[in-house]
Amino acid sequence: MAQTVVHKANTRGVADHGWLKSYQSFSFAGYYNPERINFGALRVLNDDIVTGGMGFGEHPHDNMEIISIPLEGELQHKDSMGNTATIKAGEIQVMSAGTGIYHSEYNPDASKPAKFLQIWLFPNKRNVTPRYDQILLDATEQKNEFVQILSPNADDAGVWIYQDAWFNLAKFDAETSKTYQLHKKGNGVYIFVLKGEVEVNGQVLETRDGFGIWETDSFAVKAITDAEFLLMEVPMEF
Amino acid sequence: MQVIEILIVGTNKPILATIERLINKEGQWVATLSYSVKEATSICLEKDFGLLLIGAGLGEDEEVALKQQIAILRPKLPVVKHYGGGSGLLFAEIYQALATS
Repeated sequence: MAQTVVHKANTRGVADHGWLKSYQSFSFAGYYNPERINFGALRVLNDDIVTGGMGFGEHPHDNMEIISIPLEGELQHKDSMGNTATIKAGEIQVMSAGTGIYHSEYNPDASKPAKFLQIWLFPNKRNVTPRYDQILLDATEQKNEFVQILSPNADDAGVWIYQDAWFNLAKFDAETSKTYQLHKKGNGVYIFVLKGEVEVNGQVLETRDGFGIWETDSFAVKAITDAEFLLMEVPMEF
Repeated sequence: MQVIEILIVGTNKPILATIERLINKEGQWVATLSYSVKEATSICLEKDFGLLLIGAGLGEDEEVALKQQIAILRPKLPVVKHYGGGSGLLFAEIYQALATS
């Protein structure tokens, strides 16, 4: 029988640094909740809002797969591998921190905030050579489908990472229902609702709610209203 | 307030320096750095620590060797692996390790 966990939006950690407001689904920085450490290999899901003209100064990472999904506005990325890039809504950025990387992320538009999801997964391979990639997604216009944006395979749709994880974005019209089939035994799926209301396994989820499901091969997602959501399939043991 | 001594071991000096700064900033924790398994085990013999934190740069074989040696030298010393290299996960890792030790 499927196991599930619900994280309502208003139970997330909140950090307000003035220039950054961060809603944290799992323990992060000053937010510590022993009941909310991770969902399998998914360790960080931060829903961040960066004030215009501000951002994260240069800081290090190692041995973590770091995915950023801009929702509104832009972020300017610079890193110790020499990459300089701007990412905006409709794109996805991935960094394999591996042996160590320094990077900064700034909102270059002083007139409006940048909103993005910051997602960290434990890697399945340690001390790899750091890498950076970003791609334009074609998910934004495809409706009523699960659109893959991340996988473990370099030649598959979306970006790739060092973990047996698959991410899908979905934009469903109200009343649309689809079954998600997991790729790998032992994986679970964490669903994060970006907009609207959906129902999964009898649980109604609203905007910014999170829902984890595991010990199942598949499950149905039904949109109650027009809805957008992210499905993150990750190993539960890693 | 009880001060907890935390021994950090790793080889990536910039990341270790970041971890050291973050730990010392907390007030109730004091960090000591070591840059190899040999150095860490040597320091452990001379001084009591409340936590051993494995930072960036050690290979998996080195980590296994370190844990084996600590299990013999200081069997009650909790050992925790730090992921991510910065402030994001550090405090939760330390809180968890201390709570379960």
